[in-house]
Amino acid sequence: MTLDKARRGQKIRIIYLPDDLIRSQVIRFGICEGTVVTCREVLPSGPVVISRNRQEIAIGRNLACLIGVEPLFL
Amino acid sequence: MNCRDFGNKAVVGEDTRYIVVVGNPNVGKTALFNGLSGIYGDVSNFPGTTVDVCYGRIGKNIIIDTPGVYGISSFTGAEELVRDLVLTADVVIDVVDAGHLERDLFLTLHLIDLGLPVLIALNMSDETARYGLDVNREALEGILGVPVIPTVAVERTGVGALAKALPGARSGCRDPVLQGRLSEMAGELGTSEAMALLLLEGDASISAMLDLPPGNDRIYLYNKRRERVNQIVDLVSSDLQSPGNFPDLLGSIMIRPLTGFPVLFLVMTLMYLVVGVFFAQVVVDFTEGTVMEGYYEPFVRNNLAAFMDLDSPLGVILTGQFGLLTMAVTYVLGLLVPLVIGFFLVLSLLEDSGYLPRVAILMDRLLGLIGLNGLAVIPLVLGFGCVTAATITTRLLPTDRERRIAIFLLALAVPCSAQLAFVTAIMSRLGFTYFVLYVFIILVVMVTAGVVMAAALPGFSAPLLLDLPHLRVPRADNVLIKTWLRSWQFIKEAFPLFVGGSLFLSILRVTGTLELIQNSMDPITVGWLNLPRESASAFIMGLIRRDFGTAGILGLPMSTEDQFVAMVSLTLFVPCIASVMIIFKERGWKEGMVIWFSVLALAFMIGGLAARMLGFFTAVGGEAAPLLMMVVPAMLVCVVLAVASIVKRVC
Repeated sequence: MTLDKARRGQKIRIIYLPDDLIRSQVIRFGICEGTVVTCREVLPSGPVVISRNRQEIAIGRNLACLIGVEPLFL
Repeated sequence: MNCRDFGNKAVVGEDTRYIVVVGNPNVGKTALFNGLSGIYGDVSNFPGTTVDVCYGRIGKNIIIDTPGVYGISSFTGAEELVRDLVLTADVVIDVVDAGHLERDLFLTLHLIDLGLPVLIALNMSDETARYGLDVNREALEGILGVPVIPTVAVERTGVGALAKALPGARSGCRDPVLQGRLSEMAGELGTSEAMALLLLEGDASISAMLDLPPGNDRIYLYNKRRERVNQIVDLVSSDLQSPGNFPDLLGSIMIRPLTGFPVLFLVMTLMYLVVGVFFAQVVVDFTEGTVMEGYYEPFVRNNLAAFMDLDSPLGVILTGQFGLLTMAVTYVLGLLVPLVIGFFLVLSLLEDSGYLPRVAILMDRLLGLIGLNGLAVIPLVLGFGCVTAATITTRLLPTDRERRIAIFLLALAVPCSAQLAFVTAIMSRLGFTYFVLYVFIILVVMVTAGVVMAAALPGFSAPLLLDLPHLRVPRADNVLIKTWLRSWQFIKEAFPLFVGGSLFLSILRVTGTLELIQNSMDPITVGWLNLPRESASAFIMGLIRRDFGTAGILGLPMSTEDQFVAMVSLTLFVPCIASVMIIFKERGWKEGMVIWFSVLALAFMIGGLAARMLGFFTAVGGEAAPLLMMVVPAMLVCVVLAVASIVKRVC
């Protein structure tokens, strides 16, 4: 599934990032393919906010649609 | 503040060393820079406050504050700037937020991999302690191989120790394999190891400079660096308690649309109460009404009347309609000073709280309609303080297309604090419904202009990718200092222009030229805008500063409708001379001219349209005209859209 389909509070693993530019940008925030993040907020047809430890990152909807994730069941 | 003109004034001696302060956005670089140099640069709570380079001195050395970046490369203009500065620096002070090690150490390792002489300021925000986070400084120093000095920049703690440790800056421990590869490459190419690394990472401008093809190892190297960062973080920091407390809940309330929009409305209402009611009415009644018009102006006139004839040319220049000693001084001291202080106070509180990035998330979807992403909220909101400063802030927008749209909207439809000061003064005479109509028209113009530009300009807007700062209670000292310095800067810039402008107009008046100009502008003012011909002087004043033009309306005897039309036209009028200079500097003279003339044409066009509509609705509905002018066109648009969708479905 893609990041925009994630639910609030869900733990997800990032499995796919659309291109090298985005990959280079988010790796600096500590996120790459394989990273586990928490979905903090999903605004209706708006941005998705994810967090990793104390770091919160807002991702616009059209980018979130391109990021592949898988939910974790713990 | 020594910004914007870096390189012109800095006198460089032979033994002058360059100290460059770098770090991720919003980690406290500027606060540290202020502490080290004794200069005040703006500090706020959102990424991208510093879009310009500021410099100061420590002894004979030059210290440079830089915009925050997440790495050294050329993804944005800011990154290129920082890259060039660190490559030539004698000492790089890397400011690391102890609460954000995972993010910040990525830049640190990048600097160390480049082989630069680095010194780390481990900035402990008060949040680190509150979150119960512990960072082992000695361990970090040992792993990185560079000095690590603990600081609390906003409280000036550790700044002295940092200054003393400057000579200890050195290149740190690198991955031996990478180091071997870089020194080999540097030897073969006859360049530095830093340049070799940037080339491997595919930095386009470095590859152009060396005239070599860019390397393909960026993702590989970034991944390695990320792995090392994660290992280091695990080794040196220990989390004593998990996050998830009150600020998180508040943050959620601010960004969920259902609660976020009411919160935004509440915040705006509070802003209106503080600025529009308290400062604009209570304070200004006192400063303008009681002090300036009650005591100061009669005092000046009475004393001057003893020496000269107040109706003589000199008398008119000094105390006439545009009197240097009367109107200019009253407007600046009685009206501008209190209102500008009010605006900057409110904006500083908003900036320091970290609320603006939340608004950026909330508004992302809506701003998408006008070709911008949520981040554009920041320059657009700051425009209500000073359009000139906001135009510079558009540098934090990711693409050229967005900067172009944002700069145009700022020039066209965002009134700055000084102009709002006069608008509020006029509004208090016109009444509440006209105020609502004013806001409505300006919003419609802004949205329409944005939608048209978004459709017409080639390309797409970059998606939002925003690193959210924590919510903070603004520090009173920072808010007050910032408010004071910005207001002072603003007034310092506005006062000479007000004085010069009124002198210019008085001379035009005394020599009879004003009459000529008024006659030649007749077709526009009287013919199209339905205003009295004296209003031409307000528009001439508006060419210098649109707030000055709006002030001109205050001095003219006009009907309610005329004042309203003049005010709308002047709000949409060309921005002040200082903003125009910045627009030319940022966008080049060609685009600058296009922006200036389009704004001028649109201002008159929409002003005339408003005049006609207001005339029509007054004839139809009398007192209810402003209300009808909002409701009827809105309904018409809805009907048209409905018909269009039905037609589309039927076909």
